[in-house]
Amino acid sequence: MIQKFDAIEKEALKAMEKEQNNDIPQIYVGCATCGNATGAQSVVQTIKTKLDKENLTAEIKEVGCIGMCFAEVLVDVIKPGRPRISYQDVTPEKVEEIIDSYLVNDDPRPDLALGFFGEGGPEDIERIDTGDVFKNQQRVILKNCGVIDPENINEYIARGGYKGLAEALEMKQEEIIGVLKDSGLRGRGGAGFPAGRKWESCLKPQADQKYVICNADEGDPGAFMDRSVLEGDPHSVIEGMIIAGYTIGSSKGYFYVRAEYPLAISRLRKAIAQAREKNLLGENILGTGFNFELEIFQGAGAFVCGESTALVMSIEGNRGWPKPLPRPRTTEEGLWGKPTLLNNVKTFSVVPQILSKGADWFRSIGTEGSPGTAVFALTGTINRSGLIEVPMGIELKKIIYEVGGGILNDRKFKAVQTGGPSGGCLPEDKLHLSVDFDTLVEAGSMMGSGGMVVIDETTCMVDVARYFLDFTFEESCGQCVPCRQGTQQMLEVLNDICEGRGREGDIEHLIEMGDSIIKGSICGLGQTAPNPVLSTIQYFQEEYEAHIKDHACPALVCKNLIVFHIDEEKCTACGRCRKACPVEAISGEKKVPHTIDQSKCTKCGICFQECPERFSAVERLTGKENLAAAARGRLTDV
Amino acid sequence: MQEQTSKALSGFEGKPNEVIPMLQAVQDEVGYLPEEAIRDIAELIGLPESKVYGTATFYSQFYFSPRGERTIKVCLGTACHVRGGMQVMEALEREMGINAGETTADFKFSLERVNCVGSCALAPVVMVDDDVFGRLVPKQAKEVLEKSDPKV
Repeated sequence: MIQKFDAIEKEALKAMEKEQNNDIPQIYVGCATCGNATGAQSVVQTIKTKLDKENLTAEIKEVGCIGMCFAEVLVDVIKPGRPRISYQDVTPEKVEEIIDSYLVNDDPRPDLALGFFGEGGPEDIERIDTGDVFKNQQRVILKNCGVIDPENINEYIARGGYKGLAEALEMKQEEIIGVLKDSGLRGRGGAGFPAGRKWESCLKPQADQKYVICNADEGDPGAFMDRSVLEGDPHSVIEGMIIAGYTIGSSKGYFYVRAEYPLAISRLRKAIAQAREKNLLGENILGTGFNFELEIFQGAGAFVCGESTALVMSIEGNRGWPKPLPRPRTTEEGLWGKPTLLNNVKTFSVVPQILSKGADWFRSIGTEGSPGTAVFALTGTINRSGLIEVPMGIELKKIIYEVGGGILNDRKFKAVQTGGPSGGCLPEDKLHLSVDFDTLVEAGSMMGSGGMVVIDETTCMVDVARYFLDFTFEESCGQCVPCRQGTQQMLEVLNDICEGRGREGDIEHLIEMGDSIIKGSICGLGQTAPNPVLSTIQYFQEEYEAHIKDHACPALVCKNLIVFHIDEEKCTACGRCRKACPVEAISGEKKVPHTIDQSKCTKCGICFQECPERFSAVERLTGKENLAAAARGRLTDV
Repeated sequence: MQEQTSKALSGFEGKPNEVIPMLQAVQDEVGYLPEEAIRDIAELIGLPESKVYGTATFYSQFYFSPRGERTIKVCLGTACHVRGGMQVMEALEREMGINAGETTADFKFSLERVNCVGSCALAPVVMVDDDVFGRLVPKQAKEVLEKSDPKV
């Protein structure tokens, strides 16, 4: 290994040793965007004040996201020689209690704890790392997230960081590509293109300049994997990009990051500066003569810029318009017309580990066709929302019921959506499917970049399809007719169906238009835009038919197809709904069951939420008969 | 305003690939993109104004009229959508008397829909500048507005 790196590694290990052996407790606070949103910063402040006040010493570490968003704010306490205990839903008040009880008096407070990591924890606290949340997970890309201080490069190096780079710099470029090919790594942006082949096609062309771009323009509504990696472990991505630069012969790289990710951007800036300071970035890296610079470009909010040619246009200062076919590949003619290697955050971040641990190690995880792990932002109506990493090949139901803890409020599962606006919805009888690039595509969905939204019986599948199509319609760049006009036409048909104007033949019409948009669009956005509609038709056609034929929304969501009604038998005339109604549509007096004036009702649903569960007098009705009765005035005859 | 624009643009060389960073710098400084700023940027780079304006309007980050003192962002990412984000949006629209994308007449608030603020576990979520309100139901709209009033 390069001598210069040995020195850097030793220095980092020494610095960390100093930190870890000094017999003071360590306090970790999850300070990624999700933690901060829940109040992590004020918890950090309270800890500092409290420690000062009590004259205690402890090391406070602001770490990235460990993935248990459902339990934020998370505070972990490690007393010297004891396992790490995680406390959940921490507030400034609770953290004072924790310090008083555990740091001062040695009572670990099982009532406030989520669990502990490792062995030898208190008996009345659960062990987390072998429990449901983590036992099915395998942390490769996220191994440092929530564990290290992302703003301290020594922590990253002490956990094996930059070793992959040091090894790569002693390899031939073709050798590195060979390792990547052997590892079977596929791009983590969604499509799953083999990374080794992409890198190779960027190595071949002769050019005076080549570029490496990291696509961190995470635009999928409902996904935050890339952000968490950038916030929790920025150096892993930087290291991957430097290796990429060396491999293809490039001296310049760009991070294309959404401007909406300010914390990720600031952590990246710091990390870049630290890497430069240690001569891991910049000129003559580790004395090898290789130069590489990194720059951050802030994306200005356009989903289509996830498409490689559009992203390149955007960095060049233009509208993010994908280039129509036929066009040369970005690996041949990309940024400023030069060969450009573009990969997702997670792809770059896993490369260093593949180089330091070997292709066989990577292949030992996951499946034959999709080696490695998959990172998901698991959200929706699920008990344990969060960021998870599972080996490829795991069954969907294991993710939902074991890692995610099942459906919120014990409701019934209806569908799981993956791949965001480009993906699809899979029903219950597909939950045995394994998660990998190919299986999900065969089933009509896709891996995507990692959004996984769980949907229960209270969600209307036609409305979900409309939601995604509305998104792609808004985000269509407008260049090609199939996407620009096609998504608009499909959206209009879906609006008609959701609003009670659906006609016989609409379903067939949607399928036909969807097929044409897929075939005729010039870029990935258009080519996948119909997927959410087509997959919901494939698996939930009966819901479409109910909307069209009976003007009924089985999930009681589509406003125009439902009416609110108060059951006289159940109404106790408590008056809550009457007071809460924003349009004064509810009338009634004490002891007189209330009624809703249908001509005034705006169907905001507040009365339904307001009516105490023990009465459940406000009900939602759907279907032609109920709608007709409501249109005649008060719904007394239903 | 001219002063603010000049200040924002002072560090740039005027290269064509600086269009987006320039627009971002002006918006950071002024709060939106006034017509004059588009003209200044075009002049500095030597591009037609229409080209700069065309680029700016393509991206959802940019605004072309003054904004409210505080921006209310209603998350309508997928997780928030399936947990009732739209009803929260409607309640805010009703309470504020404006539609998404608009600013109140007293320039106190702008109301926006955004795609995923990344706090899915708290869905449905509303952000007022940097303050997060999570697990909302529509009737809390009033409370959100009262707590966020810039005068308070």
